[in-house]
Amino acid sequence: MSELKATIPGGLTAEQVTARYLVREHHPEQGTLLGFWIYLMSDCLIFASLFATYAVLGRNYAGGPTGAELFDLSLIAINTGFLLLSSITFGFAMISAQAKKLGATLGWMGITGLLGLAFLSLEIYEFQHLIHEGAGPQRSGFLTAFFALVGTHGLHVLFGFVWLVTLMFQLKKHGITPENFRRLSCLSLFWHFLDVVWIGVFTFVYLMGVLP
Amino acid sequence: MSDHIHHHEHDHDGHEVYVTHYSAKDYIVGFVLSLVLTAIPFWLVMGNVLPADTTRWVIMGFAAVQVVVQMLYFLHMNSKAEGGWNMMALILTVILLVIVMAGSIWVMHHMNANMMPGMGGASDTTHGTHDMP
Repeated sequence: MSELKATIPGGLTAEQVTARYLVREHHPEQGTLLGFWIYLMSDCLIFASLFATYAVLGRNYAGGPTGAELFDLSLIAINTGFLLLSSITFGFAMISAQAKKLGATLGWMGITGLLGLAFLSLEIYEFQHLIHEGAGPQRSGFLTAFFALVGTHGLHVLFGFVWLVTLMFQLKKHGITPENFRRLSCLSLFWHFLDVVWIGVFTFVYLMGVLP
Repeated sequence: MSDHIHHHEHDHDGHEVYVTHYSAKDYIVGFVLSLVLTAIPFWLVMGNVLPADTTRWVIMGFAAVQVVVQMLYFLHMNSKAEGGWNMMALILTVILLVIVMAGSIWVMHHMNANMMPGMGGASDTTHGTHDMP
């Protein structure tokens, strides 16, 4: 602060002073992360609408199969394990990036990507299986809401995977620069956020779906 | 816990900056807690341990606790992140979320109950409400 007092009379233009105040007074230090957080919150609202839709339509079976008849909970337990594991491996990637260890960062990101891919593969297998059994999204209100909610989450994981692979190439090319670390921090928020949404999915859709 | 996650730094103007510090301990604690909080609901449902109505409330409780655990340990959420603005955005979102979810369920439940005479609102077996005009 003493530096500030000393320099203003010393020849900072009014414009420079204004610019400094505009930046310092109204914006937090890491604006990108705040902006990304607000994007995630808007994503939260999309999921809230889909959860509300599922809550409203989730018992309208139209004479078709119910959740209890369709869902394979051991499959969902394994998938939940994949996603949870990928959360901690991404955490280790962040710790490695923080310590400026490029190789370890890429390694942990690779494992995270494989776990994400495993999650997606199981989900696609489940969807394919359901559609094959005649329980596709057009069968009943329940299945429409189910595919919309779970499918939207799956799409998010897919985009997260694409982002992860892209960032691995960026890191390989440019190293752990401040820009790349910021991108990694945003992806970290995104990836963990998907795990948080999945808690709602496995609880409300799958576990409650098989309860009588 | 905030000691592990954030440490104060000073930029060149002497402003306090909160920098997220990613610690292995936080991730491991968060992971183990999440694992336990996931395993118990799956066990309760798959093993038919409790009556269905009780199970429903218990697993909802476990989900709520796990969301908070992951927010704290994985998303590093606290009142200081980004100068408190993250928390503001979160609070606003939670308010909107409650309005959307509770409002939809409440309105649709009453629509269901009032527009399906003779079915007592429990239209979940043969004739879905979506068949009605």
